[in-house]
Amino acid sequence: MLRLEKLTKTYKTGDQALKAIELEVPKGQVLALIGPSGAGKSTMIRCINRLVEPTSGAVMLDETDLTRLGSGALRRARREMGMIFQEYALVERLTVMENVLSGRLGYVGFWRSFLRRFPQTDIDEAFRLLDRVGLLHMADKRADELSGGQRQRVGIARALIQNPKLLLVDEPTASLDPKTSRQIMRLITELCRERGLAAIINIHDVALAQMFVPRVVGLRFGEIVYDGGPNGLTPDKLTEIYGEEDWEATIQKVEGEDEIEAAE
Amino acid sequence: MPVLEREGTQVWRRRTTGESMVRWFGWLIGVAVFVVCWQQISQSTTWFFVWDAPRIAGDIWTRATPPRWEYISKLGRPIWDTLNIATLGTLIALCMAVPVAFLAARNTTPSALFIRPVALLIIVSTRSINSLIWALLLIAIIGPGVFAGVVAIAIRSIGFCAKLLYEAIEEIDHTQVEAITATGASRWQVMAYGIVPQILPAFAGIAVFRWDINIRESTVLGLVGAGGIGLQLSSSLNVLAWPQVSLILLVILAAVVISEWVSAKVRGAII
Repeated sequence: MLRLEKLTKTYKTGDQALKAIELEVPKGQVLALIGPSGAGKSTMIRCINRLVEPTSGAVMLDETDLTRLGSGALRRARREMGMIFQEYALVERLTVMENVLSGRLGYVGFWRSFLRRFPQTDIDEAFRLLDRVGLLHMADKRADELSGGQRQRVGIARALIQNPKLLLVDEPTASLDPKTSRQIMRLITELCRERGLAAIINIHDVALAQMFVPRVVGLRFGEIVYDGGPNGLTPDKLTEIYGEEDWEATIQKVEGEDEIEAAE
Repeated sequence: MPVLEREGTQVWRRRTTGESMVRWFGWLIGVAVFVVCWQQISQSTTWFFVWDAPRIAGDIWTRATPPRWEYISKLGRPIWDTLNIATLGTLIALCMAVPVAFLAARNTTPSALFIRPVALLIIVSTRSINSLIWALLLIAIIGPGVFAGVVAIAIRSIGFCAKLLYEAIEEIDHTQVEAITATGASRWQVMAYGIVPQILPAFAGIAVFRWDINIRESTVLGLVGAGGIGLQLSSSLNVLAWPQVSLILLVILAAVVISEWVSAKVRGAII
């Protein structure tokens, strides 16, 4: 469904963030993108919805090449791709409900959105989603009154109300505590399964990635150095992705956490 | 290198010897310039008038007190005009400052090469000329009266408001804008949802702050004939009616105190 063909990004400074990335994501597949800071993970998902303009290569969403779209067509294509951010990126001074409804901006005209007169179907859907992420009682609160985990849930609802085919998720748990991180990852993967959504999840925490996703892609210096199941991430592979370190503890931890999961 | 090796221990000092010599020399020059300037000013001062100042001030004080309270009946209308000049001027200035600010901010300007310099030029040129001078110009163009005062205040305030506002726009959190853009929102929607909520507190703060300044500025506009209480002040000064002058000054003081109180309340409520 999503195919990256020789996707390359060279910044003005001359840094090559992405070097001819080739990646295929089938419909409904959730994959985790791991790699050290600066490996190009954020750049890659931002090149997909063109928040960052790729230098060359193609991004094929179904049969359209997103890199060739004009601004109007690009906006329509962006509606198909929900995005979730590390620091939640909610509009802090708007209410939870307004933040969720802002996911419909691509479908609603300027004046309707400016006057907050969204169609009733959108409002119904917003309430359904808020209920699904467990924040129905917070609908009227301002976004800056929420805790980190709650904000990320609003971010998820905002991405889902777009009715996307694909979720682009940028470090969803980097600002959250371990328990909330797991809840958020569980929520994202569950929702993807319910709706048959594909997702690319940038994530720092290897153990967390292994716990929740069936496919892991490792990025190093803008190149894919690993693509496979979570169990294939041996210490050697992790060394290849991140560099020399004692990885036994990380892998041990996964097994330990699995037991906790089972016990719960 | 501020770190020196001395008898085996590392000595750290803020500046090297050379740097501190340069600084001492700088201070020496500064003091010398001050002394020379003092002498220059002293030579061109008629010291007789300076020594005489306390006596004259005391004389004016006795003439000005008590204020002529019954004159207040004539001041209601002018102070009302003054308030209107300030308020209308601020409103007009804000309407014009918003687009200028968006054109001037690096992250919202349509063209950093052509439009941004024009916007910055508008900001600098309106800011650099005092409202009294704008009023003098405008009286020549549209004739004396309140309207000239309103326009003078408006023009003078555009640059101030636009400058503070464009700085606020440049400081917004970019990820919120990114998030709204990623939903497929149009340029205007990104502005309404991603940018405006973030700058709204700054905007309200700037508006009351400028209104507060404008009340003070509009009290003097009458001196050049642009309406408001300054008109009464200048005519009272011209006929040396000191009791009226003191009453006018009291009324201005009251107006300014009230406006400061209002703007402090409003700012407190927003932040």
